[in-house]
Amino acid sequence: MVQLFIILLSAILVNNFVLSRFLGICPFLGVSKQVETAVGMGAAVTFVMVLASAITFVIQYAVLEPFGLGYLQTIAFILVIASLVQFVEMVIQKSSPTLYQALGVYLPLITTNCAVLGVAILNIQEEYNFIETIFHGFGAAVGFTLAIVLFAGIRERLVVSDVPKPLEGFPIALLTASLMSMAFLGFQGLL
Amino acid sequence: MNFSKNLFNGIIPENPIFKLMLGLCPTLAVTTAAMNGLGMGLATMVVLVGSNVVISLIKKQIPDKIRIPAFIVIIASFVTIVGMLLKAYFPDLDKALGIFIPLIVVNCVILARAESFASKNDVLNSLADGIGMGLGFTLSLTILGSIRELFGAGSIFGISVFGGSFEPAIMMILPPGAFLTLGLLLGLLNKVSASK
Repeated sequence: MVQLFIILLSAILVNNFVLSRFLGICPFLGVSKQVETAVGMGAAVTFVMVLASAITFVIQYAVLEPFGLGYLQTIAFILVIASLVQFVEMVIQKSSPTLYQALGVYLPLITTNCAVLGVAILNIQEEYNFIETIFHGFGAAVGFTLAIVLFAGIRERLVVSDVPKPLEGFPIALLTASLMSMAFLGFQGLL
Repeated sequence: MNFSKNLFNGIIPENPIFKLMLGLCPTLAVTTAAMNGLGMGLATMVVLVGSNVVISLIKKQIPDKIRIPAFIVIIASFVTIVGMLLKAYFPDLDKALGIFIPLIVVNCVILARAESFASKNDVLNSLADGIGMGLGFTLSLTILGSIRELFGAGSIFGISVFGGSFEPAIMMILPPGAFLTLGLLLGLLNKVSASK
């Protein structure tokens, strides 16, 4: 139980996927102009990441390892994630049109979100068991959501503030991210 | 001729990092030292050239509807090959780059070039585009890595620059330094191009 809590906390704060592992930077910079869209993106990523963690775990230990196909890991995982995203999109579209409206545009983007493939590979590398894998996937996704929502909040304010001309847009966003990442370094001593 | 134009295009006018802002995850993560930046850049370039050539060769055979999964499989195959080569011949570099080797698959630069260039152009031009974009990517990563290594460890490519009395700013090789360096560098580029 304590072990699971540590995995969760470490994935959310100490080894935050965006700010200290640099996974999922593209959506972090791309879809963080408004808090609302950031929350939507975070929810979609959480959903896919937990599912992807579970499925890639099964693939790795039930298919790839018994048959000695470890070298196919990258190809297998990315295909699983791509089809999973497609599948989730179809299910949500059929079952809950409102949720689909909210998440719809972000779902296809998740395939190329390296945080999803990253969490799948890390789960295997760290040799987590099934329960730990789920917790790690969930923690990573919550960490991603936390970072992107906080960042969106700051960026909403940045739009109305007086930024030096050459730094407008991406440069100031990156500098903001740098300060946030510095703040998250403070969690390093937590565990 | 078109070949040299396409080759040059990726290096400066459409540099994947500084102009297109693609593939930022590996850029920020592995550039703690100039050598890592160079290695990551070259590994990505091999994948980019390989996938560009293969995709432009078989673009007519790929049905339009499943082209993205098809591209991803081709890219993933090249990534696997590169990963195995690195493990066999450059184990140190492999260890330093770690998880970011398999993650070349989801580097947006590669899929973006496959979709927007290689699937529309012939082999020779796609080859040029792959080499050019790859060089542009490698160049950007090496520059970022050099800057961070210079301030964070006082050396470039492991060669000491400032001498023994230099107190390195560890922050530069920690995650915040990555965001900081890229942000300031982009700001500088904007300033320079605005004053021209």
